[in-house]
Amino acid sequence: MIPRIDRPGILFAVIGGAGLALPLVQFKANRIVAGEGLALPAALPLGWVATVVIAAALAAGLILRAPWLRLGAAVLGLGATVSALGGAATALTPPDDTLARVAPASGFWLMMLALSLMTADALTRLRPPLALRWLLLGAAIAAVAGVLSSGMLDGISVMREYAARQDMFLREASSHLVLAFGSLALALLAGLPVGVAIHQRAAWRGPVLSALNVMQTIPSLALFGIMIPIFGWIAATWPAAAAAGVSGIGIFPALVALFLYSLLPVVANTLTGLSAVDPAATEAARGLGMTRPQVMTRVLVPLALPVLLAAIRIVLVQNIGLAVIAGLIGGGGFGTFVFQGLNQTAMDLVLLGALPTISLALVAGIAMDLTVEASHKGAA
Amino acid sequence: MTGRAILAVATAALLAFLASPASFAPVFAPFTRNGAPAIYTQTPILSLTLSHLALVAAAVAVSTVVALALAIAVTRPAGREFLPLARTITAVGQTFPPVAVLALAVPIMGFGAGPTLIALFLYGLLPVFENALAGLTGLPRSVTEAARGMGLTPRQRLWQVELPLALPVILTGMRLTAVISLGTATIGSTVAARTLGEVIIAGLLSSNTAFVLQGGAVVGVMAVLIHAGFQAVERLAASRAGRA
Repeated sequence: MIPRIDRPGILFAVIGGAGLALPLVQFKANRIVAGEGLALPAALPLGWVATVVIAAALAAGLILRAPWLRLGAAVLGLGATVSALGGAATALTPPDDTLARVAPASGFWLMMLALSLMTADALTRLRPPLALRWLLLGAAIAAVAGVLSSGMLDGISVMREYAARQDMFLREASSHLVLAFGSLALALLAGLPVGVAIHQRAAWRGPVLSALNVMQTIPSLALFGIMIPIFGWIAATWPAAAAAGVSGIGIFPALVALFLYSLLPVVANTLTGLSAVDPAATEAARGLGMTRPQVMTRVLVPLALPVLLAAIRIVLVQNIGLAVIAGLIGGGGFGTFVFQGLNQTAMDLVLLGALPTISLALVAGIAMDLTVEASHKGAA
Repeated sequence: MTGRAILAVATAALLAFLASPASFAPVFAPFTRNGAPAIYTQTPILSLTLSHLALVAAAVAVSTVVALALAIAVTRPAGREFLPLARTITAVGQTFPPVAVLALAVPIMGFGAGPTLIALFLYGLLPVFENALAGLTGLPRSVTEAARGMGLTPRQRLWQVELPLALPVILTGMRLTAVISLGTATIGSTVAARTLGEVIIAGLLSSNTAFVLQGGAVVGVMAVLIHAGFQAVERLAASRAGRA
């Protein structure tokens, strides 16, 4: 009997098959000359081994039914793809050559896409319990960190850019984190009380929410730009503010712009969360003799928590992405590399900024999703 | 009513500014320093606005068509196997920062409008897809059963029952997409797309706040108007769906 072909598997096989046919890497003798694309079997010695493993993984996606086996095959394929990339860089770069560049090309990205989709699909079919999903997220982060620190990919152009500016990378990474998490913390500090206040006084809801809505329509680029002269003026007018770190240049305007964007989700979700709490629960708490603040902290906030956490997820993912724009106004963060790379048409540099941003947003999004789910279970 | 009055004033101000930017020079002059020009004149603001809108409209149109087709495909019996996968891709895709997508599209598309279109298209797929999915899968069972009982073919059920009922939710998705795209398109000017971002970036480079303000204000007012326009259409569609 012929096994039934898995239809999502066909999609992965088509994408992955195209990846196998297209160039795995692009080789340039130096940064300026036009590149030459090399497909997987030719790009490295024993390239056919990796080809066979990846093809087998894609074939497993076509015929295997058991989700665990599909997951195993996909992860194996991902491992083979990354190893092939590292191997190609080592094989193609002549020893002691610091000019040659080996960059991942379309074939590599397509194979990664196909196999990541297959991994995600297998995970959806598995429906692992919450604890296992945390474990899997941790394992994925550990695997990426392991591959990067093993030196396996050190010959790849992005990693060379990294090696050349390690100190700067760490500095920009920390300012990116300060921008994303700092603005979130500020938005929570300011937005939670505002959300509670407009929940208590319905008359304030319209004006506050409209004002925050209008703020969202200002394009991020302009909001970042407007902050510069405002804080420059404040710093110039009040020496005390300048001494406290307020400045029209650097990270400060970007932090405030991100804070302003974060306010609407926090305030609106605080209101939604509090409004969704059953009045009977608050009545009961009042009946037990709780004071207003006690009702707020012991009943309303715990019950509204899932909605609040959902707001934090939105804000965090959005701010990690928007913080890239800070790079354009000298606010630091991974955007510094992205825009520097775009100015010099140096794609390796763009990747050095874009890949960590995407990874950070993905990890933050998944971690927050798991937290939201856990809080739903806690509230129920 | 105050809301409508504010919208009308905003529309009038926007049209007046686009028709004759120079006459607004006194408004923006206080934001310049050292006698810098108050109004951006390198490229007429009207033509930048039109190409900005064209770019956003094209991206929203393409992403709506593709997202809708995908949502319909995965909710048919033949495509149901892809539904969990499509949900996962949607959730993951929404975490991709549009600026990063824009930058990564440059080597494939080159400088110009291309990368912006790709980034806006990809980012726009998700809200429409998610909402269309919610609209198509969230129909009350009684309605779908009744349509089946009336002897409608699957194709008739889709066009005459499911899509009209899901239309308000789909329009909400399009509104989200359009408003996000309008702001995000400005970033396209960092890779040489002709959008109002050009005005803002010129302001950033020459420390001319007047340019930043006028670029931002035109985009902001358009976003508010498009938001209101979509909401009006959504209300219309919702009342029709209610009657059907």
